Amino acid sequence: MKLSEVKEILKAKVISGEDKLDIEVSGGAASDLMSDLLRKPKEGSLLLTGLASIQAINTSVIGGMAAIVFVRGKKPDQAIISHAKKHKIPILSTSYNMFSSCGRLYARGLRSITWLS
Amino acid sequence: MVSNIIKEFRIEAKDFIHAGESSIEIRRILKSMGLDADITQRVSICAYEAEMNVVMHGGNGIISMILDETGVILEVMDKGPGIDDINLALTEGFTTAGEEVQQMGFGAGMGLPNIIRNADYFKIYSETAKGAYLIMCFWLTNTIRRECSGRLFAAWNNNRHDGVG
Repeated sequence: MKLSEVKEILKAKVISGEDKLDIEVSGGAASDLMSDLLRKPKEGSLLLTGLASIQAINTSVIGGMAAIVFVRGKKPDQAIISHAKKHKIPILSTSYNMFSSCGRLYARGLRSITWLS
Repeated sequence: MVSNIIKEFRIEAKDFIHAGESSIEIRRILKSMGLDADITQRVSICAYEAEMNVVMHGGNGIISMILDETGVILEVMDKGPGIDDINLALTEGFTTAGEEVQQMGFGAGMGLPNIIRNADYFKIYSETAKGAYLIMCFWLTNTIRRECSGRLFAAWNNNRHDGVG
């Protein structure tokens, strides 16, 4: 699924990485717990989290994730946005909660990445 | 043929702003060397979890990476409070982390289990009030499942937390 479709499905705002909406995400992973996301690597997945922190960006870089959607209307501060830009991780924000965000993406064909399925 | 690389990074306790930067740099180096993507990912995850442990649990430390033709060796040592019961610390879900750490998405007792899952070889040494020493190895060929030894253990064991000297 393209990141532009994720944006449309979740009625999300692009906070940074407007030029990366063409990238493909290979699957989804959703957690507020960073160590859950680090059980096993999966390149190219979409991260959905309510944790608007520097460590969410770092976890995405370390885990090879392609993009982040902050759920529940969470807005990262300027330091987090700069950090994401530095590491070329596009970030979006949706007002849907985690459950609804996952459900909407699943219904449109995005699947859990293998190690969390 | 991969040429030998040795890198060392200092980790500051409670520096939550820069926590993770050493691991991201390790990942960048391994990617730039064209190392196998799976090993690069697994090394990065282990480095990050170990780095976060040092930052969270309050002792300054060092993370070292050696890359050679056999694989990658990570060593992490710190002069924190140490681990009272290592077996308990290796149990998924056990944690001594505080609320501040948990608000950052860590401290759920999954750091060491994630390291065990992702490293080909892992060993930890710790004593109360002495800090901890971890060694993690990642082999480039599946046939090698040997133990490995690091270069920082002696320094850690002799309470020389500033590294080998």
